[in-house]
Amino acid sequence: MVGIEQEVYEKKYKEYLVLTLADYQEGLKEGKLLGLKCNDCKQYTCPPMMVCQRCGGMDLEKTELKGEGELMTFTVIRVPPEGHEAPYIPCMVRTVEGPWVIGRLDYDPDKATQDLCGKKVRMKGAYEWPGDKFSGGPLLCPLFELAE
Amino acid sequence: MRDVAIIGIGHTKFGRSEKKTNIELQNEAAMMAILDAGIDKKDIEAVFQGAVFPGFEEGQVMPGIFSNSDLGLSPVPCTRFEGACASATVAARDAFMYVASGRYDIVMACGTERALIMGTPYATRTFAMGGHSTTEGPAGLTFPGVFAMAARLYSRNYDIPFDRTLECMAHVSIKNHKHGALNPKSQFYKKLGNLTVDDVRNSRMICDPLTLLDCCPFSDGAAAIIICAADIARKYTDTPVYMLGNGQGAGGPLARIEDITKPPSRIYSAREAFKMAGLSPDDIEILELHDCFTSAELIALECMGFFDWGEAAEATAEGQTEIGGKIPTNMDGGLIGKGHPVGATGVAQIVSVVEQMRGDAPKGNQVDPVPEYGMTDTLGGDFGTLVHHILGRSKRRK
Repeated sequence: MVGIEQEVYEKKYKEYLVLTLADYQEGLKEGKLLGLKCNDCKQYTCPPMMVCQRCGGMDLEKTELKGEGELMTFTVIRVPPEGHEAPYIPCMVRTVEGPWVIGRLDYDPDKATQDLCGKKVRMKGAYEWPGDKFSGGPLLCPLFELAE
Repeated sequence: MRDVAIIGIGHTKFGRSEKKTNIELQNEAAMMAILDAGIDKKDIEAVFQGAVFPGFEEGQVMPGIFSNSDLGLSPVPCTRFEGACASATVAARDAFMYVASGRYDIVMACGTERALIMGTPYATRTFAMGGHSTTEGPAGLTFPGVFAMAARLYSRNYDIPFDRTLECMAHVSIKNHKHGALNPKSQFYKKLGNLTVDDVRNSRMICDPLTLLDCCPFSDGAAAIIICAADIARKYTDTPVYMLGNGQGAGGPLARIEDITKPPSRIYSAREAFKMAGLSPDDIEILELHDCFTSAELIALECMGFFDWGEAAEATAEGQTEIGGKIPTNMDGGLIGKGHPVGATGVAQIVSVVEQMRGDAPKGNQVDPVPEYGMTDTLGGDFGTLVHHILGRSKRRK
């Protein structure tokens, strides 16, 4: 008979994902920004992916980022998609560990001007979107506030 | 690989399609292209279609096979391509490859969309699906939102005062609406042709700092081209346009791109196209690029190498992207002036470049002398899919 014994075949099956999206979202719910640290280049990856976002290395371990960084850019959404209520402020933050993340900024939308760009921000928690019929359930993103 | 030519073009009027379905819009564009090429439709061996949201718009997936049937093309195959707003351009690239490889001699590339039927909130929701659902979705990011963030970053990166950045961006809208108003196929034909910077800045705020006139509209429409092996092209037309080079690139979640004014997917794709064609930006005389928003046009011009980083803004304000300037850009009105039926846009851009190369563009939009080389640039998602085509009036490469 040809083929591989089932027990041997089972041992060949491995999973490689160190940090799943569900883990990342669970972290956000607890106010933590989870990511990956590369044991090859020592740099950080966030949000999670299969390999190091800097060097492509595969030797990764789960880690927690400080949740601090610089507000690189933002917008005030006045015309939202169905399922969101305007106005609100999506933003891009460059974390002190390096990776950029998308989140929301907790700030008065009517007072948000270009001089906010470059300000130090910190994560104050997570914004939880209840989701809609397309989103596969609720989703969270980091919620930032000015640190200065 | 064999040389490949475009021998027929079709393009419906963009705007609101009150009555015609996606399938019927596609049928119209396809019939125009078939008649323009003067081929027997039985000679079409395969169809490559872009369509992004037909399931959300009309509860219809696989619209292309029903078009094939309506046109009497079945049972030849039709494949749908989905690369968000670059869907049709991806379809045209694969259509090229099938002919270049020798598998087929004559094929059609096409695309259709009927986005207006969805209404703005639902359409904004479905369009946002082109971003990374799990990280950008909860932030409530939209496409105007992405390019609003890009505008702020652009101003910061190059130390251009923010108000001046916005003025330069307004010139993109002024130019593209000027040419859109001259194009009978435009959503805004005979409208918005004389805008001022103040008109653009004072229109309704969509995603700060992008106003309504910084944005392309939601649109319905379809386009089609007939592509064939270059050695038989002159059997059908005296003015074949050759597909000299193309490129395609993939991006990722927006945050991972980091500096979104320099998306690597676009730089990679454009370089691939130039390398394949043996040409450089200096050779291109007509450019149709993906101006989904005013800031998007500046970023695209720089990524493709037409201007150095940070220089496209002032160059646009100076008229360098107008007829008579360094690189006439979006002379059909672009997405802002002509409209943006997402599944059709890429092929519609190719149609416009072919028209330019035939000298058949409307007066005021036609580049003189007739361009020898032209290029299209199409963006899907927030830099997720980038595709470029370089076209020429002869098979000559450098």
